[in-house]
Amino acid sequence: MKRRDFNTLLLSGLAVGATGLPNPWNDGMAYAQTEGGGLTALLTPEPPMLVLPLNQQQPTIVAGSKIYEGLLNFDFDLNPLPQLAASWEVSDDGLTYTFHLQRNVKWHDGEPFTAEDVVFSCQVMLMELHPRARGNFERCESITALDEHTVQFVLREPFAPFLKAFEAGSAPISPKHIYEGTDYANNPANDHPIGTGPFMFSEWVRGSHIHLVANPDYYIEGQPGLTEIYFRIVPDAASRSVAMESGEAQMSCWNDVEMFDVERLASLPHLTKTSQGYEFFSPLLWYEPNLRKEPFNDLRFRKAMMHLLDKSFIVERIMFGQAKAAVGPLCSTTPFFEPELPVYDTDVDQAKALLDEMGLTPDANGTRVSINFLVVPAGEMWTRLAEYFRQAMAAAGIEVTLVSTDMAGWGQAVSNWDFDMTNNLLYQNADPALGVARSYISTNIRQGVLFTNTEGYENPEVDRLFAEAAVAIDPAERQRLYSEVQQILVAELPVLWMAEQQYPTLYDSRLTDVIVTGTGVNGNFATARYA
Amino acid sequence: MSAVKSLVSKLTGIAFAILVIATINFVLVHSAPGDPALVIAGQSGATDAEFIEQIRRDYGLDQPWFVQYTSYLTKVVTLDLGYSVRQRADVSDLILERLGPTLLLTLSAFGLSLIGGVFFGALAGLRQGTWKDLAISLAALILYATPVFWFGLMLVLVFSINLEWFPAFGYANIRAASFTPWQYALDVARHLVLPAVTLAAIYMAVYTRLMRASLIEVSHEDHVKTARAKGLTEGRILRGHMLRNAAGPVITFAGLQAGALIGGAVVVETVFSWPGLGRLTFDSVTARDYPVLLGLFLVMSILVIAINLLTDLIHRLVDPRIGAR
Repeated sequence: MKRRDFNTLLLSGLAVGATGLPNPWNDGMAYAQTEGGGLTALLTPEPPMLVLPLNQQQPTIVAGSKIYEGLLNFDFDLNPLPQLAASWEVSDDGLTYTFHLQRNVKWHDGEPFTAEDVVFSCQVMLMELHPRARGNFERCESITALDEHTVQFVLREPFAPFLKAFEAGSAPISPKHIYEGTDYANNPANDHPIGTGPFMFSEWVRGSHIHLVANPDYYIEGQPGLTEIYFRIVPDAASRSVAMESGEAQMSCWNDVEMFDVERLASLPHLTKTSQGYEFFSPLLWYEPNLRKEPFNDLRFRKAMMHLLDKSFIVERIMFGQAKAAVGPLCSTTPFFEPELPVYDTDVDQAKALLDEMGLTPDANGTRVSINFLVVPAGEMWTRLAEYFRQAMAAAGIEVTLVSTDMAGWGQAVSNWDFDMTNNLLYQNADPALGVARSYISTNIRQGVLFTNTEGYENPEVDRLFAEAAVAIDPAERQRLYSEVQQILVAELPVLWMAEQQYPTLYDSRLTDVIVTGTGVNGNFATARYA
Repeated sequence: MSAVKSLVSKLTGIAFAILVIATINFVLVHSAPGDPALVIAGQSGATDAEFIEQIRRDYGLDQPWFVQYTSYLTKVVTLDLGYSVRQRADVSDLILERLGPTLLLTLSAFGLSLIGGVFFGALAGLRQGTWKDLAISLAALILYATPVFWFGLMLVLVFSINLEWFPAFGYANIRAASFTPWQYALDVARHLVLPAVTLAAIYMAVYTRLMRASLIEVSHEDHVKTARAKGLTEGRILRGHMLRNAAGPVITFAGLQAGALIGGAVVVETVFSWPGLGRLTFDSVTARDYPVLLGLFLVMSILVIAINLLTDLIHRLVDPRIGAR
């Protein structure tokens, strides 16, 4: 029995029998709960810093997005909503974007927020620090402040998903008066981040918690609805479940709770579960072959692997229902998703026939070919995905050896193409041009850089379709191009798409209006309050 | 004169040991695959070549290895532990911040296991063959065979979830800033109970068994038989003639275990969210935060050496013959 299985057993079984013994310390659980409208949320792992422009790791964004804001936010269908920009216009040629900023916005140190801060952030600071923002803003011919409350971005050529670049995690707006002309990384203000958001930094006890307090001068009347937020750092997954169960923490998100434990916690009366709020990211999970190597360079082998894998098994047994079977390179929550695509049924005989056709016949032990699988060192689910892969491949005589490493070793091996097979999971970032094309276009085969076309897929037609779709302004035209590219990719299987991960957010049932946008827990929580 | 000489030779030995340890640390840390840039990229979900170059520059990884090595050694000699690019803080500050909780945890566990082990071991040894001996020996064996994280989780289940006596994790209440010093101390003490007991358990089991065996051996020695023949009470024989002799091996072993205690703290600190050096080490290894890691190794090796010196000292106190040689 695995440690995690064992924990579930313990936590589900033994915890039920709470005794009626009096508590000699007379406080027990209640002491941890926040009185008067505060929220204690889990945060895993501890972020290295909270300065969003400098660091975009997941926990940094979860905590930092309450302090920093972007110009726009996005609803569950990924339509733009106002944040620091109250309204905006896009010219008909798709080249000029004009944003009218909110009035009466102040930085947390009391200085007024103006168009100059936006220009400085997008043109100077983020260009130097933020890889994703750099990719978007380097398309700009100019970024200018028309007046104190108006900013204009002019593009060199149209870029259809440009509005998506203004989400808080993608382009956090930073104070010019603090950072201009300084060494950003060593600016003393980094210890006390200053943003425009509904919550202000108060204290960070490393290894324990981060404390944010409500911003009394927030520019929307009546917000934020919470008085404070504590982010608690609890490194052990079993302890995190205990914290949610006991009410010591009132919110978990992303990977905080192990998949197998989600439904048990969700069924508790004091907790509510939602899988909304991850639409902007739409993570897609796949098995990734290294197409530079035999036998993966043969389409028949990739098809055989696809026939051996059972997506519903992965969704139900490995991801415990916190996912949806994938049909192709786009998530169903991403714009331009094409539902009508070829399907590879789970069929061992078909797989064997394909392998026979390749000349990979079984030897005396029944083994046709031996391959290595690099296990993603990111938790229980990934280990099981690898173990399942080994088992599924064995059905047709493909012998799989699992190779273990840690996160740094995995990054090194995958980015330098030193692997046979592995798993990977990429965010789609709200548009195929931002989060999908990067995995398949040949210009993005870049050694040493993670989350590029690491499998090494090359198809000029695919390159062309992605390139045209990125600059097309008409949504119908984009849909046509993306539908075509999805057809080609599913036919050629550069990677084996398995599941759209649907992360669960668990929160105290008394909370309302917490997950209100497509960025979910990466939103600013201004509307969250206790009913 | 010879005392000074022995002190000098001891200190030279220590200095040499630290230098060798520092070198081994450097080699080990840098021969692991992957580097901080890849970890940060992996956790951010996006990256580009420029970003990776920038991080490698920040860490000095673009320099040849001997430049990195000599600059590291110079820093070690001048007691400068460097700067963590990842955490944006001086390594010495990071370590000092975590040193307190770790010392509190490991020293509590060390004391608890030693006192408990000697007590139960003596009890079992004196009552050899009785049900008490059997019960203690069995309990010690079970504790010894129990994985630390499991034992910790069981304690959480019973004492935090069911009985609600102690908090399940953490070092202090998150609202501790508003506490009086007395309330704060009490709060930390409550948080300390479960992790300290968890960490102490396995060592207590070891010391119990060691003490029992050692006491039984001593009880057959001539001087104890003589004492008994003189008609001394069992209590006086135990205190005057057996305990000190029997404690020798336990102390030796406890000294050796000091290093392992710090290692064991990694697991316990993780299970109980205890903000100590063990967790800092684990986080730094996975993040390839080289400066922090090297600083930690250095501090830990110094700690182990210090504990060994302390063990020597305790030995001399318990057994005066050692100093007289």
